[in-house]
Amino acid sequence: MSYEYSTKKILTPAKVISISIIICIALTVVIGIALIMGTANVSLKQVFAAFWGTLAPDESAWLIIFKIRLPRIILAGLVGFSLSLGGVIFQAILRNPLADPFILGVSSGSAFGAVLAIFFGLSFNLGVPLMSFAGAVFTIYLVIMIGSRNIGVESSTILLTGVIINAFFTAIIMFFISVSTDARLHTMLYWLYGDLSQSEYSQLLFITPFIIISSIVLFSFAKDLNIITTGEENAAQLGVEVEKIKKLSLLIVSLIMGLVVAFSGLIGFVGLIVPHLGRMAFGSDHRLLIPVASIGGAIFLILADTIARTVISPNELPVGVITAFMGAPFFIILLKKRGSQWTRS
Amino acid sequence: MNLKNIGYRYEKEWALKGIDLTLKAGEILGILGPNGSGKSTLLKIMDGLLIPQEGEIIIRKRPSQGLRRSAFAREVAMVAQENHFRFSFSSLEVVLMGRFPHLKRLQFEGQKDMEIAYNSLKATHTLDLAGRSIHDLSEGEKQRVFIARALAQEPKIILLDEPTSFLDLKFKREIFRLISSLSRENGLSVALVSHDIDLVAHYCHRLIMLKKGVIYATGEPDEIITAPNIEDVYECPVLVDKNPLSGRPRINMI
Repeated sequence: MSYEYSTKKILTPAKVISISIIICIALTVVIGIALIMGTANVSLKQVFAAFWGTLAPDESAWLIIFKIRLPRIILAGLVGFSLSLGGVIFQAILRNPLADPFILGVSSGSAFGAVLAIFFGLSFNLGVPLMSFAGAVFTIYLVIMIGSRNIGVESSTILLTGVIINAFFTAIIMFFISVSTDARLHTMLYWLYGDLSQSEYSQLLFITPFIIISSIVLFSFAKDLNIITTGEENAAQLGVEVEKIKKLSLLIVSLIMGLVVAFSGLIGFVGLIVPHLGRMAFGSDHRLLIPVASIGGAIFLILADTIARTVISPNELPVGVITAFMGAPFFIILLKKRGSQWTRS
Repeated sequence: MNLKNIGYRYEKEWALKGIDLTLKAGEILGILGPNGSGKSTLLKIMDGLLIPQEGEIIIRKRPSQGLRRSAFAREVAMVAQENHFRFSFSSLEVVLMGRFPHLKRLQFEGQKDMEIAYNSLKATHTLDLAGRSIHDLSEGEKQRVFIARALAQEPKIILLDEPTSFLDLKFKREIFRLISSLSRENGLSVALVSHDIDLVAHYCHRLIMLKKGVIYATGEPDEIITAPNIEDVYECPVLVDKNPLSGRPRINMI
């Protein structure tokens, strides 16, 4: 009965690749839609022509596509990708399906670093991301230290720690906003609520390599993460180098969170909603979940940002408003479900 | 596996002291002792999860020091007392996790791993559970799936921490019969911690009795399960007689 041993029933590289390709196709479609949508009229024909090279670079449609919408869409994609990836990793390491960079206070810790940098007039190209990264690392350290006694066993400790840290950093951020009076105030406020409109290609070039390398390294931890979700001691029994994997992944996630927050501000709930949908659709195996949730996160945030800039057109909403609007009810539903299991169906 | 003069302390006080013990191939060793006597600590030391401050562990004539976690996991498998699965995995996926120490970082499970996983499921009579989520299984079914996972590690030694504590009579018997047949047919060495003294007396080849972190007595079940020993170690008066069918010692609470 050799059919019993068929690898058809389990995850294979071919499965991971084919599902990832399908989701990439969906991503392309969404990017196409996002390019058409907006205050100014751009047709699908013009989009094709622009990418085909048959649209003159001085036409307004070309300018709208390449100078305004595309960089913003790419930034939204990268930010959504990273937030969702961060959510997946946090959830695995803390063994808590409700963990997410925003809820755990890592985003606000990171924002605190960034606000401090803006307050002291540091550059958006180096100072802000660096401080933002430092803020992220510091917060993760705090969350783990305070919540670590019961990690995974009692998820409320971790969530409470996140709430406390969030409140604390929000207070400090408010303080700095209150004492800023000049042009910096506007920069801070606008940026804080999740602003993707300031995207430039130079920024994208700066963050893309970090995000690509980070996601490759994190993907190589996928099997270890699968086992870590079943308990740290359990994982050690099966031969996982738990401490090493944990520290490295948290550091890498802090790095990309720091970058993302520096360039996009506070955008919540992406890291909660998308990984959860991914798990419901494709199961808990991180070898599939990491690519699916990351690319899914890109799709999600591009859609959210498209809504943000079109729903009250010609005015815009910060994208953080849209994600929170959808995310908060979602979070409540998950919280109510907490007592039961986190199954596929 | 050889343990030589092992001493371990969590903080100041020694949880285990001067432990010498040998686990032979194909042997079932039962570890007895009251709560807090160091049984689970001993099991964790045998699995390399805790590094003893004193003494050394020899696995197949080589010292275990400096052995990588994955190398250790290919020699010794553990079935823990409790397993908390936060996320849903199918029984087959759980058993395939046992293949982790044999796979390279980016390697996926292949045909051979599937075969091993299926044979492990078959050996523990859980093949029909393969596709079901671990969350939907009963305690007895779960325990068997975890034993299957331990088998998939292809270890020489399996350690079990109170494998029957949450199980009813039928499953208790089933688990012990399974352990017996594994040691008999596959030549596996088994060390298990349990409070089911009667079952341990019935199925184990040799027993170790721990009291306050030291070995109080060691030997065959007949020599260890005696009223004075039990009364002294467990601080509980008992009457020991023989099981009329097997002739193994049996305890009766007074």
